[in-house]
Amino acid sequence: MAIGIKVLERPIKQTSYVRATLSGMALTLKHLLDPDKVTIQYPDQKWPLSPRWRGTHRMLTNEEGKAKCVACGLCPTVCPSNCIKLVPGEDENGNRYPLVFEIDEFRCIFCGYCQEVCPEEAIHVGRHYENSEYSREGFVYDLERLMAQTHPVCEMWDPADPKGE
Amino acid sequence: MTVLALLQAATTGDGLVHASQPESGGVWFLATVIKMLLTFTIYMIGVMLVIWAERRICGFIQDRLGPNRVGPAGLLQSVADGVKNIMKEETYPGQAYLPLFVLAPVMAFIPALLTWSVIPYGAPWQSKWGLIDTALAPMPIGFLFILSIASLGVYGIVLAGWSSNNKYSLLGGLRSSAQMISYEISMGMSTIPVLILAGNVSLSRIVEQQGGWGIHWNVVNVTIAFVVFMIAAFAETNRVPFDLPEAESELVAGYHAEYSAMKFSMFFIAEYANIMTASALMATLFFGGWDIPFTMWDNIAPHTFAKTLATFAFFWVKILFFVFVFIWVRWTLPRFRYDQLMALGWKFMLPVALGYVVVVAGATLILESAGIHPASWQFALIMLAINVVLVAVMFGIVDRGRLISPAYSRLDKRDLRKLRRLDAARMRPITSEGGAD
Repeated sequence: MAIGIKVLERPIKQTSYVRATLSGMALTLKHLLDPDKVTIQYPDQKWPLSPRWRGTHRMLTNEEGKAKCVACGLCPTVCPSNCIKLVPGEDENGNRYPLVFEIDEFRCIFCGYCQEVCPEEAIHVGRHYENSEYSREGFVYDLERLMAQTHPVCEMWDPADPKGE
Repeated sequence: MTVLALLQAATTGDGLVHASQPESGGVWFLATVIKMLLTFTIYMIGVMLVIWAERRICGFIQDRLGPNRVGPAGLLQSVADGVKNIMKEETYPGQAYLPLFVLAPVMAFIPALLTWSVIPYGAPWQSKWGLIDTALAPMPIGFLFILSIASLGVYGIVLAGWSSNNKYSLLGGLRSSAQMISYEISMGMSTIPVLILAGNVSLSRIVEQQGGWGIHWNVVNVTIAFVVFMIAAFAETNRVPFDLPEAESELVAGYHAEYSAMKFSMFFIAEYANIMTASALMATLFFGGWDIPFTMWDNIAPHTFAKTLATFAFFWVKILFFVFVFIWVRWTLPRFRYDQLMALGWKFMLPVALGYVVVVAGATLILESAGIHPASWQFALIMLAINVVLVAVMFGIVDRGRLISPAYSRLDKRDLRKLRRLDAARMRPITSEGGAD
């Protein structure tokens, strides 16, 4: 009380807690009866993902069922978190292919550079987020696993068509 | 003095005659055992469902859905929570005083349960073995029993707060005791008008007196007493806006901060049990108990089993309505500041309750001397008229925003002058003998 208290004269409408209480009760009742709820019942209903959502990776395959990857080494080079492990190999026709292609999804920051830099459009980040595992080792996706993924892939942003129309 | 007089009224009044309808010993024993089982079962299932209802209604109010996955519409959510709580580890703080620490949840829970033994659930049943009262223990002093048991409920909370050896718990317990003491007085006072009209403290008699078309319900006869009782009931059950003993934002979890697993669950159950008890009391004292309004069918002689069931169902409709109001208020209003709580209890509720006792006693006296008996419809109409005026006046005064003083409200002119004088006194120059304050 030692400091001066500034007392404002306000109309009763603002200081009455009876009216405030009643209007508050009316508001909550309105929301109670409002059938429009915001809950999405997750395992049953899912929110639509953005076409540019960047989730766990997918390796696309060609008509023969082999990975499109030519082991050029661009993605491990561009990867800022250094999570792609690539050992290139070469077959008898001189075609390069990945002997080992592993992505550590724990290290990955889902920047999408690997998809952007890939000349063969082989590696993609996917529109997918349900990727829990029981062990840390489970998060290192090898080539078979990357090829076995079926979820849709991220559509990169096109500067010529910024709104995706 | 008052209590003594009431006691005498209870033991000599006609309530006693009603309450002790003779059955043979065996039938009485059997009926009581069945009633005990029924009461306990219904009560515990009720608590479970009220917890579920609270969470669902809270969800709806916040535009969510609430728990709806366990069982149909989530009805079994409380069962799942109970199982989880039983499986959990019980933790004991190293410095806690264990005997009371263990005893406190029980002491919080039992009084809420005990109250139900005297509440009549329905019209008495005239079976071929004799008249069976629906209250578990139709005591002639039922109401006094409730008052005394209700004040025991605070011990669980205070002891929990003290024995935890935790400063937040202790603060919660202290607040709780202060709050209970403040509001119990107005709660007791607000029920005096009911007792004046009933002329008895037996709950069966109080319900009987309200029976009929619904115009004799005490909410019509003594409206302000009902308003005061309801506010006090909110305070007694530690519900928002009076949940200072818990006050998550200030006291972690208040008195049960140190409790885990089933012991916490006991406090949780006790809270909802208290809500049901308070709702049942409001229904019994002010909304005619098991009386079905707009019909005389349930009040007249052949007390068949169908009537008992119908009145029982109606009693539960009333209880559930009040439970809903409790939940609705909880998810609407913010918490009181501590000084507002005390100001509301002592400066507003107590004087109003006391003044209303005088008003009702005076009105009853005058009307009775004018030949209008409390059981007549003229009496109810006149009381209704008086109450409409009084409620209007009371809310008019409360609406002026001076009684609880929100932080931004206008101060009384007198208070303002006093504050300024105080200010001026402090600002005088410090003399040689005056130190800094």
